[in-house]
Amino acid sequence: MSNASPDTLTNATAVLVARRPDALASLARHAEAFVIPGAALLAGLGVFSAFLVVLGKSPSAFFLAVYLGGFGSAFSLDNSLTHASPLLLTALCVALPARLGLVIIGGEGALVLGGLAAASIALPLHGMPYFVVLPAMAAAGALVGGFWIGIVGALRTFRGVNETISSLLMAYIGIALMNQLVEGPLRDPASLNKPSTYPIGDAYRLGNIPGMQVHWGLAVGILACIACWALMERTTWGFAARVAGGNVRAAQVQGLPVGKLILAFTFIAGACAGLAGMIEVAAVQGDANASLASGYGYTGILVAFLARQNPLAIIPVAFLLGAIDASGSLLQRHLGLPDATVQVLQGILFITILFSDTLYGHIKWLNPDLWVRARP
Amino acid sequence: MSDKFRVSRRQLLKSTAAGVTMLASGGIEPLSALAAGTLTVGFIYVGSKDDYGYNQSHAEAAATFKKMPGVKVVEEENVPETNAVVETMESMINIDSASLIFPTSFGYFDPFMLATAKKYPKVEFRHCGGLWTKADPANTGSYFGYIGMGQYLNGIVAGHMTKSKKLGFIAAKPIPQVLLNINSFLLGARSVDPSITVKTIFTGDWNLPVKEAEAANALADQGIDALTMHVDSPKVIIQTAAGRGLYVCGYHVDQAALAPTKYLTGANWNWAKPYHDFIEEKLGKKPLGQFVRGGIPEGFVKMSPLGAMVTPPARKQFDATLADIMKGGFAIIRGPMKDNKGNIVVPAGKIYPETAIELEKMNYLLDGVIGSTS
Repeated sequence: MSNASPDTLTNATAVLVARRPDALASLARHAEAFVIPGAALLAGLGVFSAFLVVLGKSPSAFFLAVYLGGFGSAFSLDNSLTHASPLLLTALCVALPARLGLVIIGGEGALVLGGLAAASIALPLHGMPYFVVLPAMAAAGALVGGFWIGIVGALRTFRGVNETISSLLMAYIGIALMNQLVEGPLRDPASLNKPSTYPIGDAYRLGNIPGMQVHWGLAVGILACIACWALMERTTWGFAARVAGGNVRAAQVQGLPVGKLILAFTFIAGACAGLAGMIEVAAVQGDANASLASGYGYTGILVAFLARQNPLAIIPVAFLLGAIDASGSLLQRHLGLPDATVQVLQGILFITILFSDTLYGHIKWLNPDLWVRARP
Repeated sequence: MSDKFRVSRRQLLKSTAAGVTMLASGGIEPLSALAAGTLTVGFIYVGSKDDYGYNQSHAEAAATFKKMPGVKVVEEENVPETNAVVETMESMINIDSASLIFPTSFGYFDPFMLATAKKYPKVEFRHCGGLWTKADPANTGSYFGYIGMGQYLNGIVAGHMTKSKKLGFIAAKPIPQVLLNINSFLLGARSVDPSITVKTIFTGDWNLPVKEAEAANALADQGIDALTMHVDSPKVIIQTAAGRGLYVCGYHVDQAALAPTKYLTGANWNWAKPYHDFIEEKLGKKPLGQFVRGGIPEGFVKMSPLGAMVTPPARKQFDATLADIMKGGFAIIRGPMKDNKGNIVVPAGKIYPETAIELEKMNYLLDGVIGSTS
């Protein structure tokens, strides 16, 4: 397109293209990745405001409460970050396989089993220093989580089983397995009315980041997002995975090991969710119990889709959703809105963002490829 | 429609103005100022406030304080047993100036409520579930109700009304509280007719509407003609069972409205009683109770009014037993008793009233209950 001669172009945009073609085209391409989700977000908030007006509630009061509850003070910011931290890892469980074209929605199962594994391995290691026990717990959580979602990848590779369905069903099995073990062989007999494993012990709890009311899980999540981004965008493995995600047949023709890629990436994805479970045990619960299954795995799906499966974009999106979650408290207490309001908002955002996927490449001023066709 | 818009436009202007004032005067502090001079009480529920069950029983009690002078009630529903509840408690304290907090779900206690209580020593925390010990922080405590006698009374009425002599019980998890309820229901029914059995189905979790409906249908298919339950939200069970023509005895709150022709009675919490005591103590600057418990005699538990279909003999025994219970010290677990595997679980000569510590470790189903804890 850069070789178009200025005299044949008629519209103003095209003239600009001709003057600084590459810079502008590149700007437009990069802008697309922000403008479309941003516009979808605004459209979603618009639809939600209409919903509030129909309910007889004021949208401005709603957004003020979201601001106060999510961002308004150091206390609310800490709240939002705490809500965001498990979502970083569970979103990776969706985003990594998605780049291979796999829709995995069963991160919840990997999370609860990862948490259970972490709590179980802490017991025999009791008395060892924390710098031995915590890494062992993390490794156990990641291994078990990775193995669990790896099964989904293996079913896909070797038996052609749909990964979306199998991962969802595996999540139910994972939660049932956790409940069975926590109420049976792994139960602390002292946990009479809330069956739990033995506590891991205060020495092995994951503390807060200094100066914040947020546990170290946040830092782990952010590092994991950056590492996964580097894996996807800066390594040949990531490149191969993206090729396979773009077109499986083309990847196979090129001789890429598609089956191995699926196994490896589903394992890493599950390991992220399993690690989230370990952090939930080490930083929040102090033992493994049924509260591990509190929906982080499912909210992670929303985060990954809103971030368009980009590991780096997961960080701000998780923070945004964490803030919306955190403000749910104020919405209930000060506006008298039911708890489900936040879910309605999340659902509307999810749908507008999914819908906006169809706009990529179709908006003229964001797509330099369409500019050339403006020539007469 | 136009009315709605007019109202909402006015609300919008009003709240925008309030919002601007709030922002102008520096964030969230004005909200706390609003509460100055009044006692703000926070209630936290694990499920929804209108679940026709456990959470509603607390929310109904909380609602009775909304018009009390000098008291402001703040509530939050659907708060999971994770650090979300810590955030909710801190938000109630920091933003609403709450100084008395009732986290009502069992799993909120350890580590969440204990950790928050250590951080905010001036705020009083009272947890529903009865886990408190003297080793816990001084600003904490617990309260709970003995509801087994309520299930015993349920059993008496169901025992009179059943024709098949087969009753049903749909339970969440085989934990001591639930097992005591099942055994009490059986003993109530057997006080009418010793040949009655109670078929028990455990669903595995506190809120599984689909499984609960399946369980109700399965019990109906097996010829059971009256049932009760211990799950968080009994609505689905009551509607399904009544739809199949079974009599039902309720749990948590009065559910007669769900099945007016089939609802016999129910064992219901009356949390307004302990809440009232705590709030009065706090207002009067007296020390708050730390280990507070009570059953029917103390007003912590009450029965739903008997349905119109309940027969005179059933009413007679119900009223007589209730009068005995009101005297206090009524005991239904009396040795020797065998579990449904034939083991002696309560030795001869042992008598456990509802306050007996032994009952809090119950791990058996009595002879006559069909079902297994594992």
